[in-house]
Amino acid sequence: MSKTSRAKKKPKSINIKSTGDSIFKSFLGIITFLIFIILGLLILILTLNSSLSIETYGFSFLWGTEWNPTPAGGGAPIFGVLPPLLGTLTSSLIAILISFPISIGIALALSEFTKKKINFWLSFLVELLAAIPSVIYGLWGIFTLIPILSQYVYPAIQDVLGFIPLFQGATHGYNILTGGITLAIMIIPTITAISRDIFAAVPDSQREAIIALGATKWESTKIVRKYGRSGVIGAVILGLGRAVGETMAVTMVIGNSFHLFDSLFDPSYTLASLIANEFTEASSPEVYLSALIEVGLVLLILALVVNVIARLIIRYTKRKFRGVETF
Amino acid sequence: MITICFLALFIALIPLISILIEVIINGISQLNFNFLTQEIYPLGLAGGGIGPAIQGTLIVIAIASLIGIPIGVFSGIFLGEYPYSKITFAAGFLNDILSNMPSIVIGIFTWILIVSITGWSVFAGGFALGLMMIPLITRATEESIKIVPSNLREAALALGIAQWKTTLTITVPTAKKGITTGILLAISRIAGETAPLLLTILGSRFFFTSFFEPTAALPLTIFNSSQSPFRDIDWPKAWGASLVLILIVLVLNIIVRLLTREKFKR
Amino acid sequence: MIKIKIENLNVWFGTKHVLNDINLNIIKNQVTAIIGPSGCGKTTLIRSINKMHEIIPNARVAGNISMENLNIYGNNNGYKTVDSVLIRRKVGMVFQKPNPFPTMSIFDNVIAGLKLRGVRSRKRLEESVEKYLKMAHLWDEVKEDLDKSGASLSGGQQQRLCIARALAVEPEVILMDEPCSALDPIATGKIENLIYELKRDYTVVIVTHNMQQAARISDYTCFMYLGELIEFGETTQIFENPHKVLTENYITGRFG
Repeated sequence: MSKTSRAKKKPKSINIKSTGDSIFKSFLGIITFLIFIILGLLILILTLNSSLSIETYGFSFLWGTEWNPTPAGGGAPIFGVLPPLLGTLTSSLIAILISFPISIGIALALSEFTKKKINFWLSFLVELLAAIPSVIYGLWGIFTLIPILSQYVYPAIQDVLGFIPLFQGATHGYNILTGGITLAIMIIPTITAISRDIFAAVPDSQREAIIALGATKWESTKIVRKYGRSGVIGAVILGLGRAVGETMAVTMVIGNSFHLFDSLFDPSYTLASLIANEFTEASSPEVYLSALIEVGLVLLILALVVNVIARLIIRYTKRKFRGVETF
Repeated sequence: MITICFLALFIALIPLISILIEVIINGISQLNFNFLTQEIYPLGLAGGGIGPAIQGTLIVIAIASLIGIPIGVFSGIFLGEYPYSKITFAAGFLNDILSNMPSIVIGIFTWILIVSITGWSVFAGGFALGLMMIPLITRATEESIKIVPSNLREAALALGIAQWKTTLTITVPTAKKGITTGILLAISRIAGETAPLLLTILGSRFFFTSFFEPTAALPLTIFNSSQSPFRDIDWPKAWGASLVLILIVLVLNIIVRLLTREKFKR
Repeated sequence: MIKIKIENLNVWFGTKHVLNDINLNIIKNQVTAIIGPSGCGKTTLIRSINKMHEIIPNARVAGNISMENLNIYGNNNGYKTVDSVLIRRKVGMVFQKPNPFPTMSIFDNVIAGLKLRGVRSRKRLEESVEKYLKMAHLWDEVKEDLDKSGASLSGGQQQRLCIARALAVEPEVILMDEPCSALDPIATGKIENLIYELKRDYTVVIVTHNMQQAARISDYTCFMYLGELIEFGETTQIFENPHKVLTENYITGRFG
């Protein structure tokens, strides 16, 4: 059986377009085109305005570890973003590692093991996690999460894993691990929502087939999990995209310290936090502002790449399974 | 294994419940008429309120909506009605990309575009948030339009009604609920955004003066208060402001959920 | 020899009484066809035998179904009661619309049930694949392409793959829910031949809305109408000499 191929040709409209239709379509089309313009301008303007910094520092910006607008002794300002770049990547990675199993578990529970009515309200609660503003996560982080982590959880981890350098150091709580944990909580709803939809879209006939072979309830989810695997990967990468761009909550719990971390218990920085903390104060020298804008550009490109990959994977998944049920 | 999945659900709900409880317990004592209407006092000074912050948030949301709703709805209608147009695929893709742009990057963009020219202003804040609303509303509108059954359109066309009129008078009103929920969710999302506001409206302690002056906003006030060294004076205010903000967000989300109830009746 | 005994079976979906006091004996190593107009409860009946309606919310069952000395429902004869999962290992099912697993290869589809049992030996798995694909008359057509996706086959081939998959777990009974209704006549013919061969080793119960098919391939026929069992007997008797007027009317096409 040949795979059903998506008709690439635009179906020709047979109705004669009136002028009203053309004007209407053009009007809407122009407005839609704004999205192209916005995105284009975004990249263009950020690039232009970081040109001073790009010219001055070149690629060393990306692996430089010093950030000093006004060096003591009157030297030239020096800017490098490796520490916050690593901070962004590490905290996001921690977030993914923590949230992935939790999100999949929730998505399975919601799509396979709960009845419709409970499902409705449980899904609502999980979505509420996404609705809570970032700054309130930060507030809660400072007020509740950090005390609990620094008094109970981190010392316990250090007792067990303290021989690994990654887990050494003072455990006062404002550190990269806390940043990762907070991010994890914030991206759970993203990954869960997409995964749940993917799982729910698996046709019932598939579930019936494996149940009829004598599978237990859990074993029957094997089909769903296999079906949804690539889509879930897309969801996870999308969550990564969110984590990378998150600003306020992370800023409030990560310690805001510009140095290359040696341990997960070290305070650190992220690209977004750096901008948030210093942008409003960056008046002189001129290259300072340009450097901060370049940080924004780096963040933009990072988010762009991650999101494009995620969207491509999700689209590929949808396409791969479209041919199946059309028999 | 099934229990482990439910355990995961439970783990995820703990922070939610914890946050809600904390905000309510810590913030409720702050809520009184004075708190909601008075000027913001400097850090460390007891008293005052968050009146300007509430006002500022409402104004900034209004400006953002004026930008975001028309562009978002029109784009969504286009993408939904003309799925085979040359620009549809690319526009949809770019729309998704834009919706995940870090909010601070949007803030920088707006700063360069507006603030560097006309200074810190509410207008800039509204602009930034409006930019963030556009992709959210576009996608929600597009999907609502696509769900409208084609036999409705066909019936109208068969009666001799022009296509554009069908869209405006039949398709869009049928999609009204989806579009509305999309707008409400977008508003709920930007109401809590802080990062772009840091770089555009700057924050202020006073009530609104002009569209091109700095203003206060709830998320900014929460942030500033939380960074204060005078914890016992300013942190309660932060919780109070958080309570107001969460109430706004919760109400919007509950309304949306109630409106989408039919979707789950199979 | 009776393989499955159904006594006073009643099924409700919510408040809707879908099956009303069904009494039926399925004879071992014979093909029993269940016929009747749409909505008469045929599918519900066979799905009760392998407890598939447990996945439908609001389904309620009363009565007894037993298979030799195992209880499927009810417990009035002292037989052993076992888990649904175990029942489904003894009672396999082929569905109306072929549902091979698209994420798995043809090879993996056939052994899907075996893997659930914990069979790991590569040799045994390969032997099973060849054996059951041959039984399903699919081996020659796919033996070069065993690692292609299960969904890449034609409709008739997919259904034969599903049959191979059901056979691979070596059930005692095979339930078939209108297995040919989504297939073209040639594919249907192939499957009908296959069913005829299966009864040597298995007991087959087949739901069909195609009376000619029932007359062609079954040994016993059961006619149902509006949730009730109207008549049951040897196929030749039902079609040549129906005892009930309703049966005769259905068979002669007075109503569909």
